[in-house]
Amino acid sequence: MTAASKITALGLTERAKRAAKIAAGFADKVDIEGRFPSEGMEALKAERLMGIMIRPEFGGEGVNLTEIADICAILGQACAATAMTYAMHQIQIASLADYAVGSSWHEAFQKRICDEQLLIASATSEAGIGGNLRNSICAIEVDGETARLTKDATVISYGAHADAIMVTSRRHPDAAHSDQVATVFLKDQYTLEQTSVWDTLGMRGTCSDGYILKAEAPGEQILPRPFAEIAAQSMLAVSHLLWGALWYGIAADALARAQSFVKGAARKSPGQMPPGALRLAEASSLLQLVKANVVAGLKQFDTCKGDSDALNAMSFSVAMNNVKIGTSQTILTIINHCMLICGIAGYKNGTPFSLGRHLRDAHSAQLMISNDRILGNTSTMLLVNKQDTSLLG
Amino acid sequence: MKQTIRTLLAKHGNLPVAIDSVGDGADLYDAGLSSFASVQVMLALEEEFDIEFPEQFLNRKSFSSVEAIEAALSEILKEQAA
Repeated sequence: MTAASKITALGLTERAKRAAKIAAGFADKVDIEGRFPSEGMEALKAERLMGIMIRPEFGGEGVNLTEIADICAILGQACAATAMTYAMHQIQIASLADYAVGSSWHEAFQKRICDEQLLIASATSEAGIGGNLRNSICAIEVDGETARLTKDATVISYGAHADAIMVTSRRHPDAAHSDQVATVFLKDQYTLEQTSVWDTLGMRGTCSDGYILKAEAPGEQILPRPFAEIAAQSMLAVSHLLWGALWYGIAADALARAQSFVKGAARKSPGQMPPGALRLAEASSLLQLVKANVVAGLKQFDTCKGDSDALNAMSFSVAMNNVKIGTSQTILTIINHCMLICGIAGYKNGTPFSLGRHLRDAHSAQLMISNDRILGNTSTMLLVNKQDTSLLG
Repeated sequence: MKQTIRTLLAKHGNLPVAIDSVGDGADLYDAGLSSFASVQVMLALEEEFDIEFPEQFLNRKSFSSVEAIEAALSEILKEQAA
């Protein structure tokens, strides 16, 4: 038995928990220094968790999105930056695994991801597009067999640490802004000139710096399907679900800290209910709401998977948007409750009940693809789409 | 019907190109139709034909081309008449 097959013989949860334990040990340091969560990511690679969503015939384990979401939730409880980096990587993997089928270059690339445990970043945002993923200014130029692209990418999360970047652009220099393709560029096929520094309140370890990306590669590295299809059917839903899962993890860890605070207080004054206890019960109910929201979304995604009509339906987009809005807003309420429960011990850094990192990391949730933009899109769809009022549908 | 669809696309589609330059079977999203604009066109069609788009037509495919919109409308109108 090889070392790799010994690891993959273990359950996914066990492997994720082992990686999470390492990530947790560096979470505060990663946050303070605003550096890449290299220990957590190395641990995920050591557990061979990078390519598990890829089909077995290309070297993966063919696991579904729900299992990936569970790993994100486990990591979210340990180190949000590791969890977010892992989630963003898996969003790219989901697109590749489902939308690059039949392309020999991309199939061989998936094999490499599994063999070498490669980390894939994405460059979708661009100066001048107003934060809309489905809009590109830059265009890829295919000259014979070579494709060239220059992109003023306002954000490439963990760009300097990735082994490859999936980049969106217009299909050709005369294409409309929304007529996009995605291209995979390997590390030795691009240069990154840093244009901005990611010095933020939270999610500091994702190192989402800005870069001018200049890339050149064989044209076969352009994904065969239009980006519009990938975004609508996979990327947006997978993002909302995996982010929701890791945000749940952040809130779950905050609740665990608050619970142990209440328990400690109860031990000190036997027979007396500590003042934060009722609030803990409220927070627990809210955490369950977040979990139910994510799980219901994952179930719906699983039901629709592979059915392009179902994935393209407006009702599906509305549901996925609602998962994002609901989870991102509710976790802030939960963490705020936990802060009130733990009081100064939660407000202070360096105590077992510190919640500053959780609160700051969680604040990114409503900004990553702005909630106002999503609410705007949902409200447009609700002009014609009726809300699904069935309980089980 | 195609002409009505084209007129409404010109008015509400907010396309970066003239609608006359887009063929009946050409992909409207590739031509620059946004999701927001497609809903506006849908509302205009509902008004024009006095119909309501049922759930099964509320997807990208029904709005992917002039021909696709025509096919969807024909089916809705047929069902309404039945």
